[in-house]
Amino acid sequence: MGNFFLDNEDIQFLFNFLDLAEIAQLQETDTPNGDADYVPWDIQDAIDNYRRVLEIVGQIAADIIAPNAAKIDEEGNRLREDGTVELHPLVQENLRRVSQADLMGFTLPRKYGGLNCPNLVYTMATEIVSRADASFMNLFGLQGIAETIYAFAGEEIKDQVLPRFARGEVTGAMVLTEPEAGSDLQAVRLRAYQDEEGNWFLNGVKRFITNGCGEILLVLARSEPDITDGRGLSLFLTERSDRVRVRHLEHKLGIHGSPTCELVFEDAPAKLIGERQRGLITYVMALMNGARVSVAAQSLGIAEAAYRLARTYAHTRQQFGGPIEKLPPVAEMIVDMRVAIEAARALVYYTSRICDLENNNQRLLEWKKDLSAEERQHRKQLARSLKRLNGMLTPMSKYYASEMCCRVADMAIQVLGGSGYMKDYAAERYFRDARITTIYEGTSQLQIVAAVRAVVSGSFESFVAEWEGRKYDDPDLNQWQARLAQAKQEVLEAIQFTKKQPAGYLDLSGQRLVDAAIIVICGHLLLAQAACNERKRLVLQRFLRTQLPVSRTCCLQVLSGDTSPVDYYEQLAGPVPSAL
Amino acid sequence: MPYDCIVCVKQVPDTTNITGDAMKEDGTVNRAALPAIFNPEDLNALEAALEVKYRYGGTVTAISMGPPKAAEILRDCLYRGADRVILLTDRRAAASDTLATSYILSQAIRTIGQYDIVLCGRQAIDGDTAQVGPQLAEKLGLPQITYMERFWGIDGGWLRGRRNTGRGWEDVEAKLPVLVTVLGHANIPRPPSARRMMRFKHARAEAELRAEIAQEHPGISDSALEEELGRRKQKLAELGLLIDQWDLDKIGADLGRCGLAGSPTKVFRVQSIVLTKKGYTEIPPTPEGIRQLIHELVVDRTLG
Repeated sequence: MGNFFLDNEDIQFLFNFLDLAEIAQLQETDTPNGDADYVPWDIQDAIDNYRRVLEIVGQIAADIIAPNAAKIDEEGNRLREDGTVELHPLVQENLRRVSQADLMGFTLPRKYGGLNCPNLVYTMATEIVSRADASFMNLFGLQGIAETIYAFAGEEIKDQVLPRFARGEVTGAMVLTEPEAGSDLQAVRLRAYQDEEGNWFLNGVKRFITNGCGEILLVLARSEPDITDGRGLSLFLTERSDRVRVRHLEHKLGIHGSPTCELVFEDAPAKLIGERQRGLITYVMALMNGARVSVAAQSLGIAEAAYRLARTYAHTRQQFGGPIEKLPPVAEMIVDMRVAIEAARALVYYTSRICDLENNNQRLLEWKKDLSAEERQHRKQLARSLKRLNGMLTPMSKYYASEMCCRVADMAIQVLGGSGYMKDYAAERYFRDARITTIYEGTSQLQIVAAVRAVVSGSFESFVAEWEGRKYDDPDLNQWQARLAQAKQEVLEAIQFTKKQPAGYLDLSGQRLVDAAIIVICGHLLLAQAACNERKRLVLQRFLRTQLPVSRTCCLQVLSGDTSPVDYYEQLAGPVPSAL
Repeated sequence: MPYDCIVCVKQVPDTTNITGDAMKEDGTVNRAALPAIFNPEDLNALEAALEVKYRYGGTVTAISMGPPKAAEILRDCLYRGADRVILLTDRRAAASDTLATSYILSQAIRTIGQYDIVLCGRQAIDGDTAQVGPQLAEKLGLPQITYMERFWGIDGGWLRGRRNTGRGWEDVEAKLPVLVTVLGHANIPRPPSARRMMRFKHARAEAELRAEIAQEHPGISDSALEEELGRRKQKLAELGLLIDQWDLDKIGADLGRCGLAGSPTKVFRVQSIVLTKKGYTEIPPTPEGIRQLIHELVVDRTLG
């Protein structure tokens, strides 16, 4: 009887540290979420519920999902001849268990049978599930689809679909990518048309669809044939039927338990979500933002699993007359894995918290008709600033956590050495599973594009200014705070420099600017944690001693003004090979 | 056709992770040193009852005999899907052996009245006797299917299941009402439902409310305590959250057959076993080494 929540002191620390009371207040009382016999009695009761829900998640993850993971990875899912997918029996078992525990309507309001948990708690749950089996996160973690339906669909669709999600009867898929529309979703071609009575139908092909065999599909389609860009796209809901066929199941490097489908739509009946033409620009953007935080949480989970394996191995593996953890280079790898996870977790959880504040504030504005003019004004202003902040933090979280995850999974294999390279240990599975995280829901490069715009347009500066205003009654912490202020100054100088360069330099130096900015932001988050936890002081110290020089190097690289990858591409990249 | 199930559950000290102070000087279990948990095979019995409920309809009632703290596992039963739970608690029932326990449980089950299937875990991990289930069947005059590891189904008033006798299997059937004892590998207990947890974590038995009030208001007068108790009981009852609490009078038990007086079991001797390491043997990783090891294990009857 294990428990992946109760055995993780850092998640529990953050559960207490992140002031869930403020979020619970908004989530449970300020916005109407439906009556039920399981409504919390007060705020403390709600927080106690969240903790207990995580205990249930932790128990299922440790006792059911984790033991199934290796076999699922080895055997995968199966495509039947009739174009349907048979999930691996153990994947079905996992789904049955999380449904029995009511975990498939995690954030949905109670009126649909959901648990009405905040996003932050869902992020923690997603991490815990991913530690057990990264591929199962793609079923558990796709609840953002139900969230999107809740946020944008009409009441009739919501009443029809959402209770089925909450009961775990259906799973969903976000059906966006096409062979010619990957990162560039504006190029989506799948056609949506109406018959004379106004009913919608879908025709075309989608590719690389995670859980495309799910029952409820949210499909991005071109409803306006004359508009060729993103404004011609709308979002549709269609249910699995014989008009939607899975043509191919992808063979992947990792996450074998998650079925990745090529879908063919043959006049599949569909319902419009929200308004026409807002498919990509409004709805998919919102959907993707949630999904990005989910992938960040998945990355934390994989990294945690890899770190734990390496930590245990280094402690038990004897070489040179003692455990290898006594060797300084090995000790350093283990410590850096752990510190990297804690830094990324600080950022991802903080981001989730801001998402909660933004979502709830938005709902409040929509639902509370009796707000005073002053209050309404204040809330509108808050909504704008939270949205701007999230516009920076969400892509940063996805980028930083996923890159960290790949690095940590790589280091785990290094700690295990030859054994890590063999199929005998889970290290190689973590390594393969980790690799997708920097790709799907927007590649790292796309996250940087989104984040760097926010970094150079003042979001970074105003965020840090607020954190620099915090007072710590401790000379050591004050000293680190001053070092962070200096690092921020260097980032601002690099930003100024970039602004004076020709357009295009921003894209080239984006990664360096974002890397440096994230180090400063995580530094502040860890600083606040260190103020109330002795061990966290050591984490902060290690993080800043190793990362502040990295931040400085990033800034120096930006200041070099080097544009040779663009200017001398042909010479530096060499000729296109005539044979691979 | 719906069936009503009664599941007997017990809270036990967790004997799976024994530490040095698990046994007291006198050889009895040091309950304070071990966490109290849901007896593992009782969870399998509960799961079997819930399977019946979800397949055929009907109800699941869980009953636990023990101190007020045993209400903890009754709440767990509610989280997992039990419709009703009963705490059977009475100081006069303390020190009951299996004979007295099965008598008390039989009286409680008679008091419940309506049932088709009584389910018990095979045995509890504190006593490991596996006697309460069979004795209970005898006292209730029910046919019994012990060591059940597969539940095949119910048809025409007959329950069919597979017994694991340790040396093989028997597929048997018995006419309802029937008592079954369930093995640990018969099923995988379902996890608690989060929504039911959010609701039923507030459920309390009277004895717990009494203790809570006394703790919140040290030195409270008896009359004030009773008044507050009445208030809290009423509130919980209105919400369907008051756990039924029964004592020996409620079930019409003959006190001479309960507790110490009703327990003929006498402990003859308690052996305090201290495990110590006395050196080790190195087994060479060769076919010969393995053969030698297997041979030794067979000789000392660890295997076979």
